[in-house]
Amino acid sequence: MSSVNLADRQLSPRPALGFISRIRRQVPVSVGLGIVWLAAMVLIAILADWLRPYGITAMDLTSRLAPPGTPGHWLGTDELGRDVLSRLIQSIRVSLVIAFGATIISAVFGTALGFAAAQFRGIVEHLVLVLADFQAALPFLIMSLAVLAFFGSSMMLLVCLMGFYGWERYARIARGLAISAGAQGYAASVVQLGATPARVYFRHILPNVASTLIVSMTLTFPEIILMESGLSFLGLGVQPPQTSLGNMVGFGREYLTNAPWIMLAPAAVIMLTTLAISLVGDWLRDKLDPTIR
Amino acid sequence: MVQFVLTRLLRAVITIAAVVTFAFVVLRMSGDPAQVMLGPDVPQESVDAFRRAWGLDQPLWIQYLAYIKSIFTGDFGVSMRDKAPAIDLVLERVPATLQLTLPALLLKLLIGIPAGVYAAFHRQSVTDRSVILLSILGFTIPSFVLGLILVLVFAVTLGMLPSGGQGTWAHTVLPILTMSIGGIGILARFSRSAMIEVMGQPFIRTASAKGLKWRDVVWGHALPNAAIPIVTIVGFMVGSLIAGAVVVESIFSWPGIGRLLVVSVTNRDLAVVQCILLIIAAAMVISNLAVDLLYGWLDPRLRSRAAH
Amino acid sequence: MKPLIEARNLVRIYEMRKGPFSRPQPVRAVDDISLSVVPGETLGIVGESGSGKSTLGRMLLGIDAAQGGEILFEGRRMPPLRSPEWRALRARMQLVYQDPLAALDRRLTIAAQIGEPLDIHQIGSTEERTARIRELMDAVGLRPDQAGRYPHELSGGQRQRAVIARALATQPSLLVCDEPVSALDVSIQAQVVNMLRDLQEQNGIAMVFISHDLKVVRNIADRVAVMYLGKIVEEGSSDTIFHSPRHPYTQALVSSMPVPGKRLESRVILQGEPPNPAARPSGCAFHPRCPLATDLCRSKTPPLQQIDAGRTAACHAVASHAALAA
Repeated sequence: MSSVNLADRQLSPRPALGFISRIRRQVPVSVGLGIVWLAAMVLIAILADWLRPYGITAMDLTSRLAPPGTPGHWLGTDELGRDVLSRLIQSIRVSLVIAFGATIISAVFGTALGFAAAQFRGIVEHLVLVLADFQAALPFLIMSLAVLAFFGSSMMLLVCLMGFYGWERYARIARGLAISAGAQGYAASVVQLGATPARVYFRHILPNVASTLIVSMTLTFPEIILMESGLSFLGLGVQPPQTSLGNMVGFGREYLTNAPWIMLAPAAVIMLTTLAISLVGDWLRDKLDPTIR
Repeated sequence: MVQFVLTRLLRAVITIAAVVTFAFVVLRMSGDPAQVMLGPDVPQESVDAFRRAWGLDQPLWIQYLAYIKSIFTGDFGVSMRDKAPAIDLVLERVPATLQLTLPALLLKLLIGIPAGVYAAFHRQSVTDRSVILLSILGFTIPSFVLGLILVLVFAVTLGMLPSGGQGTWAHTVLPILTMSIGGIGILARFSRSAMIEVMGQPFIRTASAKGLKWRDVVWGHALPNAAIPIVTIVGFMVGSLIAGAVVVESIFSWPGIGRLLVVSVTNRDLAVVQCILLIIAAAMVISNLAVDLLYGWLDPRLRSRAAH
Repeated sequence: MKPLIEARNLVRIYEMRKGPFSRPQPVRAVDDISLSVVPGETLGIVGESGSGKSTLGRMLLGIDAAQGGEILFEGRRMPPLRSPEWRALRARMQLVYQDPLAALDRRLTIAAQIGEPLDIHQIGSTEERTARIRELMDAVGLRPDQAGRYPHELSGGQRQRAVIARALATQPSLLVCDEPVSALDVSIQAQVVNMLRDLQEQNGIAMVFISHDLKVVRNIADRVAVMYLGKIVEEGSSDTIFHSPRHPYTQALVSSMPVPGKRLESRVILQGEPPNPAARPSGCAFHPRCPLATDLCRSKTPPLQQIDAGRTAACHAVASHAALAA
């Protein structure tokens, strides 16, 4: 009997390892916590409407500036008696949506420009280079401030503006990889088979550079969150009655002395989220693409 | 080498031209300057007179040339709020901004680089761990959160320092700290990894194997080579001496360029905004150019590669 | 027989710049070359690195545009680079690369890549393509279970077989092989060359076989052209080139080939610098290394002229050579 059991065990070398313990063997604790935090944030952003105990503008004038722990307002209330937890949940949704949309725009825009530079070379390449120089010459915050000054702030403009953040990183990577693939590699060989440029770029080059681009997205995403919250903090990003994380910190600042919780809750969320993405991003970078940076 | 310098100069000029064009386009796209300057309740005759006086009835490219000419003569227009030339308003604020950014830059350089180099030679030490922790903070804590936390601790709770405004040297402590803490961490992290990478290179091992003194190896071989990545980040910091204080000045109500920019953006005072835009871009381009030239001097390989 | 592909006075000049503002210097990679290949024939092109043989191969396929001269494929001019007609013509002519790993997409399976030309040129239904892929894999000696493998999971020889299978997918009438075996182990080289020759004979494909390795070329080529610094210096049937080379450069190359059971005593050692296309000598480009060089060679470029039936050479001394030999 025992010998049969032994033979069974040898046939499948790691039978007892469950799903959880397998993950624990592969993912460091800090990265695991980061993933859990990010998953929670995404869930909160998706389910915000159901999770919010109160509306974000619902005022409760009987309990203004209630401290955290007050029954019914677990994170306290602000100067108008609005529930901080409800506003925090909505802020997470708004900030994440902006950062997510902007990251996608930036990645698509930058990759397209990089591919265009690689495909056409010459004047197109120089134009992209000038654009990148331009971006390097104007700190992004300053450029955003100027655009917002001239056009006023709106949600759409804000997302598009943030979408210009970090595009040159994707452009540089996409251009470099496309050129090296096109010089003598697989891309040249597919062109030689008679493939159209669209086929070469979408079926061959894009899948090959995708992992590198995704890794760059983990670098851009937290920076966009910081940029948006900075603008909102200055009162130039997301406008009331809508709210975002930076926006909450900005308004909470007025009550720093007698109600610091208004500002501390969103500040903590910003820090933990950017920290989590950085940790997960670093880990992904090592896993997916050892060549970048 | 001459060619290298010329190419870089050309790129700098093109960049400045791009920024000027950007300012012009955005300015024109944001609405009719006559309406903006005069307001909505002005009779048509004065709008027309204004247009003629400012050349707004001319074709766009003539306006563009006139715009460039005015910029080269230092005429950036008149602030709508203060009715003073924009350039004067902006230049007036420069010293206040530098009063914060220069000490912050010095702190970053004097603490960040030595700490990073020290950490590279003493891995796992207290300094090394602090450097890593600080750099993580520098990447993840936005300066407005850090500033407010410092205010909460040192001004509100402990009452040691003022929470904002300009006056004594004590007023500068919190803003400078806010600006330098993250930067020290980032610079230290950069120096540390640059140093570690250089020390692992074969030529360092060769130099020490030849019997060179350790001190000479570090100062003569390792540091100059580690300097290249460090110069990039320092160049960026120098370039943002004027631009880098927007958020911090707002937190501490410091009357510098950043505060002026935020106020002007809120009031849509376009002349001031575009003046600041151009000055900041010029500062950035000049420091980028300096970094490029410094590269060429530090790394002869780059010089010849750029020439191909 | 009417030629399948014909090149007339091909010229390709690269511009080398020392800096963005300096005067570009022309490098004549391919200099006034004419040749033709009839259906089913194998033309070997030999020469040292830098002789322009790879550029010539790419120009024959129309991948590198000709700056002078013209290419006729089945009597028609090569359509402009990357035009729809040019792309459609890719089904008729194919290239086999030196480095198969670089020529394959590391994210697609071998079967997907062998079938890609069928997909691009929309040949056959899905079932027919699957069947064709199986047939091709069998023809190049890949096992059916390797269909789902990725390039890095195969050996160098197997990868090159996959590249050849891909090149043959659309049943092309012209195959240009650019050093197809020089990246492979010597033990594998012969297998792949023999396989190429069998496939070429079975399918009646015309082949241009570019190599610096004379043993390999002798094994596979019907005719051989010898290149030196962008020019053909001698051309003739494989037998005549290898048994009685006329041009001093060809003689030097052939004499350095090891022959079983014979010592290399009559070997002609080439002197001087290896050829540098950026600094082309005046007159006959070979004169600095030529044992027979005269003043005439230094000043005047010898034309490629007929010296026998089906045989050409570009050398001022060949006439006297011929006299000596006779």
